Amino acid sequence: MSVKQISVFIENKKGKLAEATRYIADNNVNMKALSIADTQDFGILRIICEDPKAAEEALKEGGFITTVTDVLAVAISDKPGSLAAILEVLAEANIVVEYTYAFLSAKAGAYMIFRVDDNQSAAAALAGAGIKTANQEDLF
Amino acid sequence: MPNYYQPEIECASLDEMRAIQNEKLVKQVKHVYDNVEYYRNLMDEKGVKPEDINSIDDLHKLPFLTKADLRDAYPYGLLATDLKNCVRIQSTSGTTGRRVVAFYTQKDVDLWEECCARAITAVGGTNEDVCQVAYGYGLFTGGPGLNGGSHKVGCLTLPMSSGNTERQIQFMQDLHSTILCCTPSYAAFIGETLKDMGLTPDDIDLKAGIFGAEPWTEEMRRDIEKSLGIKAYDIYGLTETSGPGVSFECEEQTGMHINEDHFLAEIIDPETGEVLPEGSKGELVFTSLDKEAFPLLRYRTRDICVLSRKKCSCGRTLIKMTKPMGRSDDMMIIRGVNVFPSQIETVLLKEGYSPNYLIEVDRERNTDTLDISVELSPEQFTDTVKDLSAKEKDLANAIKTMLGISPKVHLVAPKTITRSEGKAVRVIDRRKLHD
Ligand SMILES: [Zn+2]
Repeated sequence: MSVKQISVFIENKKGKLAEATRYIADNNVNMKALSIADTQDFGILRIICEDPKAAEEALKEGGFITTVTDVLAVAISDKPGSLAAILEVLAEANIVVEYTYAFLSAKAGAYMIFRVDDNQSAAAALAGAGIKTANQEDLF
Repeated sequence: MPNYYQPEIECASLDEMRAIQNEKLVKQVKHVYDNVEYYRNLMDEKGVKPEDINSIDDLHKLPFLTKADLRDAYPYGLLATDLKNCVRIQSTSGTTGRRVVAFYTQKDVDLWEECCARAITAVGGTNEDVCQVAYGYGLFTGGPGLNGGSHKVGCLTLPMSSGNTERQIQFMQDLHSTILCCTPSYAAFIGETLKDMGLTPDDIDLKAGIFGAEPWTEEMRRDIEKSLGIKAYDIYGLTETSGPGVSFECEEQTGMHINEDHFLAEIIDPETGEVLPEGSKGELVFTSLDKEAFPLLRYRTRDICVLSRKKCSCGRTLIKMTKPMGRSDDMMIIRGVNVFPSQIETVLLKEGYSPNYLIEVDRERNTDTLDISVELSPEQFTDTVKDLSAKEKDLANAIKTMLGISPKVHLVAPKTITRSEGKAVRVIDRRKLHD
């Protein structure tokens, strides 16, 4: 029903993002999706990868602060209006979407990641509309 | 059963203490007048002669000495004995202007170390203890003072100095240190390192810590006590007055007993210089009573605190001083408001943040700016910008409530605020650069 997303705190200083992504690569974490949210002071790097546990441990080892969140991954077809359709279903069910970003899986095609306030209800609402949410193993 | 290093002094009656102070003060004033031209001139200007000082009730007649006097008289102007009688120099870091150099005869060193020995004994130290001194050694008074005190008590002394924290912890484990002496910020750092090494307070034998040389808060005390599994005690002193050990905490942990047989304390109104009654908040002024090389009469410490003779459960009758509530040296005037870093620290700890912070003050278009960088802990991190921005805002509001002016708060990654292993650098004031 959901997938694990790792978030990493990045200071908004020159080179900090490069430092974090270099560190992740050096520790053989293969990032499948990545999004960055930033403010003047800090950024949050969000990562979807095959082995979130190993990735989180590696990051912690490197002194980064991280948190793991369950997010929804929804397969999206390559035609106009498919993202709108999903958002409509969620809005209808009074689900708050904190953020969303795209993700391309070599194995399974295009996905959208949704961070919502209530995964359970969101997945149920989407299922009711015939939209399936993916599990970790569906993506890799 | 409380332990005293010199019970006849530490538990003397008020009359006994007065008698000691009266006798010593008369001698000290004469010693200074006869040997220190700089202070003799100050007394002559005020029309005060040594004969006018017959007891501590006459103390108020003497002129004050300030940090500016120490700078003017640098290096030998306040020396009261021949250099050939001196055996030691200690010095301040000189971060706030010209450095202060203090001189010691062997007797001065002995008395200073005795003061530190009283402090170590008050936290339960005996000749069965292993005392790890992780203050810096060298010109800084912290290391040498506690080192000497530890010898006098008969503790097995580990002269570690500061730094190389993992080695500190290894020694602590291998040699079963029971007492730790260092700056509070370094104690907090050792606590964090212990945790990072996968160890707990159960893995070390520390029971007490003596922490001083920089301001710290009650919250910080609790943090240190928890992370190291100890009781944390405060100690006070200034290089000018010899170093740590001017006053020290006992088991009650409610203020520091002043070694008033050596240092006579007064509280004055910092604006007018008027002596205030016991219990008033004001600037602490010290008069040395038996210094040979570097006696200071009515030296204004710039520390703001309160004195109290309230009976202490430890049995000591030595007058107590509160932790300094601020220091005019540290005091910043930001947008017309008096701001002490300790106030900001209090808010941070209350709101669950680490005591590692950096205050930056600057001026933009004639308006003061206040930026506070705070380390975010892993527990406080969340994946949404909204939550983290709300945290910054909440903290800024809490600080505004305390200070009356709004800061900009910046969350930064853990361990990114540069931490010196001695005194913490917490304030950068860039306004001076533009003046
Ligand atoms: Zn006491």
